[in-house]
Amino acid sequence: MNVVVLTILTLGILGTVAALVLYFVAQKFKVFEDPRIDQVEEVLPAANCGGCGFPGCRAFAEAMVKSDDISSLNCPVGGAETMSAAAGILGKEVAAADPMIAVVRCNGTCDNRPKTNHYDGATSCAVAASLYGGDTGCSNGCLGCGDCVEACTFDAIYMDDKTGLPVVKDNCVACGACVDACPKDIIELRKAGPKGRRIFVSCINVAKGGVAKKACKTACIGCKKCQKECPFDAITVENNLAYIDYTKCKLCRKCVAVCPTNAIHEINFPPKKVKPAVAPATPVKPVTSDNNPSSDNKNKEE
Amino acid sequence: MLKTFSLGGIHPPENKFSAGKKIEALPVPSQVAIPVSQHIGAPAKPIVKKGDAVKVGTLIAESAGFVSANIHSPVSGTVFKVDDIVDASGYRKPAIIINVDGDEWEENIDRSTELKKDITATPEEIVKAVANAGIVGLGGATFPSHVKLSVPPGKTCEVLILNAVECEPYLTADHQLMMEKGEEIMVGTQIIMKALKVDKAVIGIENNKPDAIKHMESLASSYPEITIEPLKVQYPQGGEKQLIDACIKRQIPSGKLPIEVGAVVQNVGTTLAVYEAVQKNKPLFERVVTITGKSVSKPSNFLTRIGTPLNNLIDAAGGLPEDTGKVIGGGPMMGKALVSTDIPITKGSSGVLIMPNEEAKRKPMQNCIKCSKCITVCPMGLEPYLLMTVSDKQVWDRAEEENIMDCIECGSCSYTCPSSRPLLDYIRLGKGKVGQIMRSRTK
Repeated sequence: MNVVVLTILTLGILGTVAALVLYFVAQKFKVFEDPRIDQVEEVLPAANCGGCGFPGCRAFAEAMVKSDDISSLNCPVGGAETMSAAAGILGKEVAAADPMIAVVRCNGTCDNRPKTNHYDGATSCAVAASLYGGDTGCSNGCLGCGDCVEACTFDAIYMDDKTGLPVVKDNCVACGACVDACPKDIIELRKAGPKGRRIFVSCINVAKGGVAKKACKTACIGCKKCQKECPFDAITVENNLAYIDYTKCKLCRKCVAVCPTNAIHEINFPPKKVKPAVAPATPVKPVTSDNNPSSDNKNKEE
Repeated sequence: MLKTFSLGGIHPPENKFSAGKKIEALPVPSQVAIPVSQHIGAPAKPIVKKGDAVKVGTLIAESAGFVSANIHSPVSGTVFKVDDIVDASGYRKPAIIINVDGDEWEENIDRSTELKKDITATPEEIVKAVANAGIVGLGGATFPSHVKLSVPPGKTCEVLILNAVECEPYLTADHQLMMEKGEEIMVGTQIIMKALKVDKAVIGIENNKPDAIKHMESLASSYPEITIEPLKVQYPQGGEKQLIDACIKRQIPSGKLPIEVGAVVQNVGTTLAVYEAVQKNKPLFERVVTITGKSVSKPSNFLTRIGTPLNNLIDAAGGLPEDTGKVIGGGPMMGKALVSTDIPITKGSSGVLIMPNEEAKRKPMQNCIKCSKCITVCPMGLEPYLLMTVSDKQVWDRAEEENIMDCIECGSCSYTCPSSRPLLDYIRLGKGKVGQIMRSRTK
């Protein structure tokens, strides 16, 4: 009987003392954490991609709460919606940042850019780039090992089997992981534009025109035709390479038409209307006359 | 028991097909392209322009700093243009292109073959002559030689080690050089010894060249301060650190230079170039290049002018075999596969290896089975499998902790890996990145 009471007493006292110690320690080392950090973190996409420049969404939420001016902060994944929601929680103003998207500035497909040698080393662009210039005559172009695809955590980029080049899908959130992963600096973040429309020079070859053209059919040869055509002074040509400033570009597409090597690309535009009304009339006829045999052929092929 | 280095190493098949083939002078080509960056350090600055007339030995690009080297014209003719050309790695680099016309040498070059034994130059004059002649390490590393000959203040050099190991399979340029120019190499050794103010020199030669060892020993008998050290055949014995370990049993601390243990290493080819520069006033514009391979019809050692197109060399060796898989600049272990045969021979081209398709193919990479063979063979005591992993995962601080910068890129790990993992490819990538990080930190 005595033993039972003694045990209860001892353990009870021990427990109380420990609880007291724990209580005071907890008071002493209490860390005040702004509850708004949790709230902001809640509205962030939780992708932890690092696209904002901070290590993860939590760090970004902390930065948002701590800094007075949040105009320089932007979550590219969540976009304007998330940013205004987060700013609402904090009662701060946020300027709507333009949505960005990654573009691949190389069009050196197997057809456009003939192979000059065969690479059989490790399947990694970083390794290949540290060894040599590439398996074609263009030492600036895409190596095609897919480091960008590996880096993407949003499944927004894939390698096209036919062209051997990466293709950015419209769900790209512009986190910049592929930009960092590309050893050739081919991928660039550009303004996505209305309806995801964008125009860019799909080449980064800085060799002289003749050399670039020899290596790749659709290389930018630095002819400056687009520069002369652009009504908004958005195009500069440096080191035999044209660059379109997306802050000035109004997406008029005039440069696309004049480029002799088709190096300027337009994405998500509707097919161009054919300007003269007479022009489509002539080709229509042969199409109609050939209609039957061509459909026959198609059936045979199928 | 022959000496060798203490850690790791491998012994790949030697395949020295061109051994014993007399050095032949390759005809001067009709046009040469001379890259301005043929050495480690700052690229040389071209001092000629289009239309300038040059002679053999005329300075055409001057050294742009202490760690840099002069470049002299290897031919006589007129400068066609200074333009970018594709180099061995496929990148476009500036080069001086000269159209050849005749073979007129600068008057001050002594073209006689007579041996000049008396060394009249002072140590300072020797270093200056070596720098003026644009001599770089001809073993393949192409480090400017005058830098090595200038012992930094506070350090003393105790012994000169001559690298006549030629541990790379296939290559025979140095071997043949010793057989034909042994006397000159001996005098060259004495010149370097005078510049370094040392009274002891060791020539390390691997045991697979018994004729060279015998020949050099007989020559060395009249030079008491020069000893010949026959070494056990083990790759990569030609690495500076390995050779010092093998010859004088001293180990260089991580990140330090050989002078730290009182040694300076020079290649035998470089030694000959030093002899020619100091005694004959001849700048470095030609070198011996081995061209070899299993299916090459005429494996040879050619005395080649710098800037000669590689194609000329291949044609002289009987043309490109039909089953060619890879053309490698250098030996099979440390050489690099070339992207094109339309490139010039440079100061660092010790050999050209043409590999048949069958051997050139890489086997598909498999998983690491943790056999630790790569650790066993690594001559620097590193863990290649780990370095590959951290480089792949881009953990650069860990790579630095694991001393990735100590790697000498000998390729023993990739050679020995039973899973055919491209260990060295990833380590090279890691070295590049870590090197960048370290440089940015000291700035």
